Amino acid sequence: MDNIIPILAAAIAAGTPLVFAALGELVTEKSGVLNLGVEGMMLVGAIAGFATAATTGNLWLGALAGMAAGAAMASIFALLTLNLMANQVASGLALTLFGVGLSAFIGKPFESVSLIKGGTFDIPLLSQIPLLGPVLFRQHVLVYVSWLVFGGVCWFLYRSRAGLVLRSIGESPDSAHAIGYPVIRIRWLATLFGGAMAGLGGAHLSEFYAPMWVEGMVAGRGWIALALVVFATWRPARVMLGAYLFGGVTIAQFFAQGAGIDVTAQLLSALPYLATIVVLVIISRNVNTIRLNSPVSLGRSYRPD
Amino acid sequence: MRLRLEARPEPSRLMGILSPLLAAALTIVAGFVLFSALGKNPLQAFYTFFIYPIRDINGLTEMLLKASPLMLIGIGLACGYRANVWNIGAEGQLILGAIFASGVALAYHGSESRLVLPAMFVAGAVGGMLWAAIPAFLRVRFNTNEILVSLMLVYVASFLLSWLVHEPWRDPEGFNFPQSKQFTDSALYPILIEGTRLNVGFLIALVAVALGYVFLNRSFLGFQLQVAGLAGAAAKYAGFRASRMVWLGMLVGGACAGIAGMGEVAGPIGQLLPSVSPGYGFAAIIVAFVGRLHPIGIMLASLLMSLLYLGGEAAQMGLNLPSAITGLFQGMLLFFLLGSDVFINYRIKSARAVPVPAPKMAAT
Amino acid sequence: MNATTAGTTGVVPRIELRGITKIYPSVVANRDVTLSALPGEIHAVLGENGAGKSTLMKIIYGVVKRDAGEMLWQGKPVEVANPAHARDLGIGMVFQHFSLFDTLTVVENVALALPGKPALGPLAKRIVEVSERYGLPVDPRRLVHSLSVGERQRVEIIRCLLVDPKLLIMDEPTSVLTPQAVRKLFETLRKLSGEGCTILYISHKLDEIQELCTHATVLRGGEVTGHCDPRNETPQSMARMMIGKDLPHPQHGAATPGVARLTLAGLARKSPDPFGVDLDDIHLTVHAGEIVGIAGVSGNGQQELLAAISGEERIGNRRQVVLCGVEAGRLGAARRRKLGLCFVPEERLGRGAVPDMSLADNALLTAHRRGFVKGGMIRFKAIARFAKTCIDQYTVKCSGPQAEAKSLSGGNLQKFIVGREILQQPTVFVVAQPTWGVDVGAAAFIRQKIIDLRNDGAAILVVSEELDELFEVSDRLAVIAKGRLSPAKPIRETNVEEIGVWMSGMWPGANGSARATERQDEERHAAQA
Repeated sequence: MDNIIPILAAAIAAGTPLVFAALGELVTEKSGVLNLGVEGMMLVGAIAGFATAATTGNLWLGALAGMAAGAAMASIFALLTLNLMANQVASGLALTLFGVGLSAFIGKPFESVSLIKGGTFDIPLLSQIPLLGPVLFRQHVLVYVSWLVFGGVCWFLYRSRAGLVLRSIGESPDSAHAIGYPVIRIRWLATLFGGAMAGLGGAHLSEFYAPMWVEGMVAGRGWIALALVVFATWRPARVMLGAYLFGGVTIAQFFAQGAGIDVTAQLLSALPYLATIVVLVIISRNVNTIRLNSPVSLGRSYRPD
Repeated sequence: MRLRLEARPEPSRLMGILSPLLAAALTIVAGFVLFSALGKNPLQAFYTFFIYPIRDINGLTEMLLKASPLMLIGIGLACGYRANVWNIGAEGQLILGAIFASGVALAYHGSESRLVLPAMFVAGAVGGMLWAAIPAFLRVRFNTNEILVSLMLVYVASFLLSWLVHEPWRDPEGFNFPQSKQFTDSALYPILIEGTRLNVGFLIALVAVALGYVFLNRSFLGFQLQVAGLAGAAAKYAGFRASRMVWLGMLVGGACAGIAGMGEVAGPIGQLLPSVSPGYGFAAIIVAFVGRLHPIGIMLASLLMSLLYLGGEAAQMGLNLPSAITGLFQGMLLFFLLGSDVFINYRIKSARAVPVPAPKMAAT
Repeated sequence: MNATTAGTTGVVPRIELRGITKIYPSVVANRDVTLSALPGEIHAVLGENGAGKSTLMKIIYGVVKRDAGEMLWQGKPVEVANPAHARDLGIGMVFQHFSLFDTLTVVENVALALPGKPALGPLAKRIVEVSERYGLPVDPRRLVHSLSVGERQRVEIIRCLLVDPKLLIMDEPTSVLTPQAVRKLFETLRKLSGEGCTILYISHKLDEIQELCTHATVLRGGEVTGHCDPRNETPQSMARMMIGKDLPHPQHGAATPGVARLTLAGLARKSPDPFGVDLDDIHLTVHAGEIVGIAGVSGNGQQELLAAISGEERIGNRRQVVLCGVEAGRLGAARRRKLGLCFVPEERLGRGAVPDMSLADNALLTAHRRGFVKGGMIRFKAIARFAKTCIDQYTVKCSGPQAEAKSLSGGNLQKFIVGREILQQPTVFVVAQPTWGVDVGAAAFIRQKIIDLRNDGAAILVVSEELDELFEVSDRLAVIAKGRLSPAKPIRETNVEEIGVWMSGMWPGANGSARATERQDEERHAAQA
């Protein structure tokens, strides 16, 4: 029982980069844009954040830099796919490959740099609640920020007019255009938001969770975030749940060692990736669920007249 | 004067050929800018990066050596991409091919038999196909997205490889380094040119490209793949089974990647190591795109990508830049290609308002 | 004849177009178009498919920018920047292909088209008020994907009515309605026009325009070929303005039906599409040497029925589809083609033909079994020759067998596809919407070819939404409604009114056994043979 609390708390911390990246991609996909470049955007966000924090000494400036870098990467993608009508799948892959290369290149000088750890914050009163307190309310500030983002995304998508418009564009850009909505502009904004969130997730990883920079340190979380959006059938609450579940799977290796369970290290490391496959299979089996919940125009190029 | 994109009445053949060249040129220009920004003399950097690595026979053979797996995997992936089957996990399939081939090599370690190499070849292909069969099966049976599955399997494959060289297959006389025993001669590709590392794998890659050309452009199966990729509803209408296209697309890519993996351990590496590829599986994706899914284009694109690899290594030694610059260039190349491709179907027009003519009453 | 009536009556036209021109890279959509309509006028914009009617309306509504010309609204020149601006002016448009969002409710859909941020509760009440006032019943809380096509059109219309339009544009509104529903729509439109609303009615259906409209502007090839009063014209004179010559009529002749070639025996299938229609107990027999037509408004199961017949969707019970004596339910499309089936689908680009491929390659798509593939390799010269034959015999206007499918006009592509299938000499020929979106000349040609094929002994099934077409070519006619099929009546024994009633699902024995009626027809047919 004693072990449960640190495990749950660690799962939430580990899942936070996924929360940011997946919520961002969810908004992007709701507008009908499939951005496969999440891994690349997270990596660039991670190094931008780390480098900024290392050179300025300010962790929060780093977080902002991460968001800006992610959005900048997303803007390349948006330019290619929304204005130049390039294929979304290929462009997203290109973004990832570019992000991998760019982050490795920029990050070389920062490989052995260490940062001062900081930013955890115990919320007074709430953190005293038995069980829930230590799990939920003794976390890093960015964890709380991620909850605010979750709330904001829910409100935006389902209670605001702008969110209704965004969903209609994802459903049928031609109809939305016929009514007079600026499809391209709204998709740009949704894509930039997705990039900023991915960048923030990456920055959280390198600046606060690790904290260090290693080439390729995002280690596929960007792809897992994409799978999460599908697994959650494009609903924000399910994204959160999935992200924390995966956070739990990611840290399983440490707790297995601690508990004395003897499993091969590599198998435990492979667990999150295998789990992603299983989860995808389960959710994709029901074609109708996907059909009813996925934005109809997802991934298709939109050509204004 | 505002610019806008206007659809062409039919796609420009000329741009179809020019756009990869345009992309390559833009990448070089970007390289110039990058080198200058990093404080290096651009012309000298250009020489170091692009010319110096291939200045002698040794350099040329190194370029061909690196181009072989790129070509091979590229043509394999092209078959799948033609059919909209997105195999992104070629790197993982390469690793499995290397593992299977190594298994055979280690099982027959010390044997002088002529059959070891062919057996490794088959094993490599099988390994790659097996790994590719997983996303194929999951897509056909459960409608699961093959991009994500094949990609996840890359990570799983590298963990599998890590475990193998750390534990069961670790060379007992290897000073505790994670590596397998070094392969004996019967398990290594014969060298083509004395004094270089260029081996038979290069010829195999060329043959694969030639076969790929015939298959994609002249066979009925190749036609079916193309229809499946261009218009899924039309493929269904014609009676081309979608599941067959998925299996074909994935398995061909997997086999090619597996053979390429075998080529690495039977070639320049000569044993099984924790890393058997500097990202060939991913670079081959770029090769397939830049090469326009066409065999000749793939050959040329793989030479270019191979040069970028060599350039990165040279830059590390000669320019004091991290070798990761290779990945940066490769990514830029793909971006520029996707951007240039726009001009195949669109052209730039200025959005000037057409002057209003004097109103005319219509005749009856 | 004057283009405007302002001079004669002194009333300012509600809308006036002068010299409107719009040129796309590959086609001139509108050239120098003039049009004028008074308040309360129901003005037809008449022309066949491809004449430029839709583009003109999109220019008025602000969806498309014109290249030249001017537009006057209530006498004053105006630039319509976008649809929101059009709505502010008081212009409403009901699109031919609805601009609704399936996964949202009726209220949400209407809200999206209104300016500002209307509260959904009061809006729902207003929707109910308007819908009752104009005879367009609809429930605001329903999700759009659960509505029938006719109901969706009502939502489109209500959406326009809520902004109190002074001009209402209706683009081909009756293609999705039963004859009875068309009558109700006309009542609504007359009521609106009586209240002073101008209506621009886009159509190519001459009889409807004669019934409803007081003025007409005729377009051909993007240009105005005349203005007239439909009440004073005959269908022939209007047709001459529309296509430049007389309406062609195919030679039908009598049918001599032979052995049963296609039998549907209790075909039942759940639709794979969550928004689709389930098929229920369908019985039909098509004999050699006859044409059976299936009428029905789209969305009643035609897609599912055709997919079950073509083999694109296989069904569990192989006995339910019998093709040339073989139980074919479980066979795929390729195997059914081997039995002699050829099929022309509703969608041309993307299903009947691959847009980016050449005509020769597209010929290979379904004709490959006719000796064009040897040893797995394609015989390029032979297939190009076949494509050329098709192009010549069906007068397909194109640059040759290497022309890309998407470079052909709708009519020519359809001629090619129909030709490709007929040249394979099928024993069973199934075609869906054979002349939708096709110009009049090509349409008549295609219908004649279908009749000729029947005379050569093929069993033919035609599924169409155009009743005129079905009455022109069919020997027997059935109706599909909500996934069920009526018995097939000989064409001489029925008429448009009866078929219209049947389209609502109300044919004799509809709730009982359709099989009994079909068996009676079979016996009667056997007695005649």
